[in-house]
Amino acid sequence: MEAHRSIAATPFIKDPRGMILIENLTKVYGAIKAVDSLSLKVEPGEIFGFLGPNGAGKTTTIRILTTLTKPTSGRAWINGFEVTRQPYEVKKQFGVVQQHLSLDRELTVWEIMELHGRLHHIKSGERRRRIEELLEYVELCEHARRKVRDLSGGMKRKLMIARALLHRPRLLLLDEPTIGLDAETRRRIWQLIRRLNSEGTTIFLTTHYIEEAEALCHRVGIIHQGKLIALGQPLELRLRLGEFAVEVLFDGQVHYHYFQSREEAKAYVRNLPSEIKAIVVRESNLEDVFVELTGRKVEDAENLVG
Amino acid sequence: MLRILWDSYSIWWADLMILKHLWQRFLITSLMSPVLYLLAFGFGLGRGIRVGEVNYLEFVIPGLIALTAMNTSFNGAGMKLNVDRLFYKAFDEILMAPVSPVSVVLGKSLIGVLRGLISSLAFLAIGLAFSPLRISFLFILSLLLSCFAFAFVGVLAALLAQSHQDMSTFSRVVLMPMAFLGGTFFSLEHLPGWLRVTIYLMPLLHSNRCLRAEALGQTFPWISFLVLIAFGLVFFLACLFALRRMST
Repeated sequence: MEAHRSIAATPFIKDPRGMILIENLTKVYGAIKAVDSLSLKVEPGEIFGFLGPNGAGKTTTIRILTTLTKPTSGRAWINGFEVTRQPYEVKKQFGVVQQHLSLDRELTVWEIMELHGRLHHIKSGERRRRIEELLEYVELCEHARRKVRDLSGGMKRKLMIARALLHRPRLLLLDEPTIGLDAETRRRIWQLIRRLNSEGTTIFLTTHYIEEAEALCHRVGIIHQGKLIALGQPLELRLRLGEFAVEVLFDGQVHYHYFQSREEAKAYVRNLPSEIKAIVVRESNLEDVFVELTGRKVEDAENLVG
Repeated sequence: MLRILWDSYSIWWADLMILKHLWQRFLITSLMSPVLYLLAFGFGLGRGIRVGEVNYLEFVIPGLIALTAMNTSFNGAGMKLNVDRLFYKAFDEILMAPVSPVSVVLGKSLIGVLRGLISSLAFLAIGLAFSPLRISFLFILSLLLSCFAFAFVGVLAALLAQSHQDMSTFSRVVLMPMAFLGGTFFSLEHLPGWLRVTIYLMPLLHSNRCLRAEALGQTFPWISFLVLIAFGLVFFLACLFALRRMST
């Protein structure tokens, strides 16, 4: 049997600036700082997660990286190419799956792929092979002749992923890749992302789902009101806070306390006054990290910005 | 250069596929208004009226061809682009592709040009049944130029519009006055001087003059031909400018 063929990127020359380098990036819309002096480096081979509520500046960052929006100040590089000065080169480095379904509804699945292949100057024979391969990869082969307007949300998302991979980008940018998808489809997309990464594609994804960041990402940056407020491995961020959390209901409000070990947490619970009844002991998570840093839950913060 | 043209074709190709899926609907909708104009003004109103040497029907048909070219090219290039850009965001796919801005503008205009040509030639075929028109190389060239100029206007409007409403406002404020005053339905001879000067600033007038002169075998207005080329160039450059401004 033929050896398993890689669907992902071609090998590349390592750039000292990493796969993504962002320096002091700021984007101002009127009176609002959508991105505020953001600096960040993503290394080749990583799955990096940008975690934060809607309106935190995640999509603006992706728009700047994909050349759709010009930053007010600061600079960014993808694989060593500067985003504002070398847009043509930059566009060849990344594939992107945007948050909204940016597909022409009147085209068929095959035509969507074909257009992307043509725009990226893939030769016709190679193009056909690659489209077949990718549609199979995302399980859309039987739907190749269907129009986009007749596809389900999950299929559209998978088509966008297949399209983003067509030109073998070294970097895949995913803006809320599983938003609005059911649990099963979400898991399939996570598997797809992991497989791509294991085959060599660097992944930069944004999400406001805590469990998505925890399940997928090697490193996470937490962004709030345009600013990067935490950066590190999910476990590392949790350990800074404490591996275990105790939730205590007191005065009609939930209070959180963090401990490095289960024993410490249990000891704390034992010593609580007997009138406090509602107590939960659990492992801490990135949500706790976010709450401690911002004083809000991710979803609440989301409501604040609408 | 070849790369630029090839990329334009790639962008055009997607629009061609859509036209292939929907061509019947397109042909019916774009022939509707010129046929109605022909029935209302040509037969209903115009019978017995003479404009200079020719009868009104002969006068109005080349004008209606120019009008059809204007409307269909504008709408063909602009309407879908506007929706794709603002609503479906499908235009992002083109903006993020490694292609030059010239290819983007050209590629997105070509579908307007093609649609303008198809519907004005289809109307021409209908017109030939009623009036003996002279179809020359210059006639076709002027028609092609008009289609390009108005397709660029369509792309320009689509790139500048902040909403779908803006598109129809543009259409009413810019295209409608041209349709009524731009020399399609009447000759400018009897108009007051100030109005005539205003109308000379309308690209449609120059399409009308070129097409009518060729169709009726009159002296070809080379000045209008050059003015039409100039308009096309200006609109094309404006599109490039609008495209660059968009990413800020």
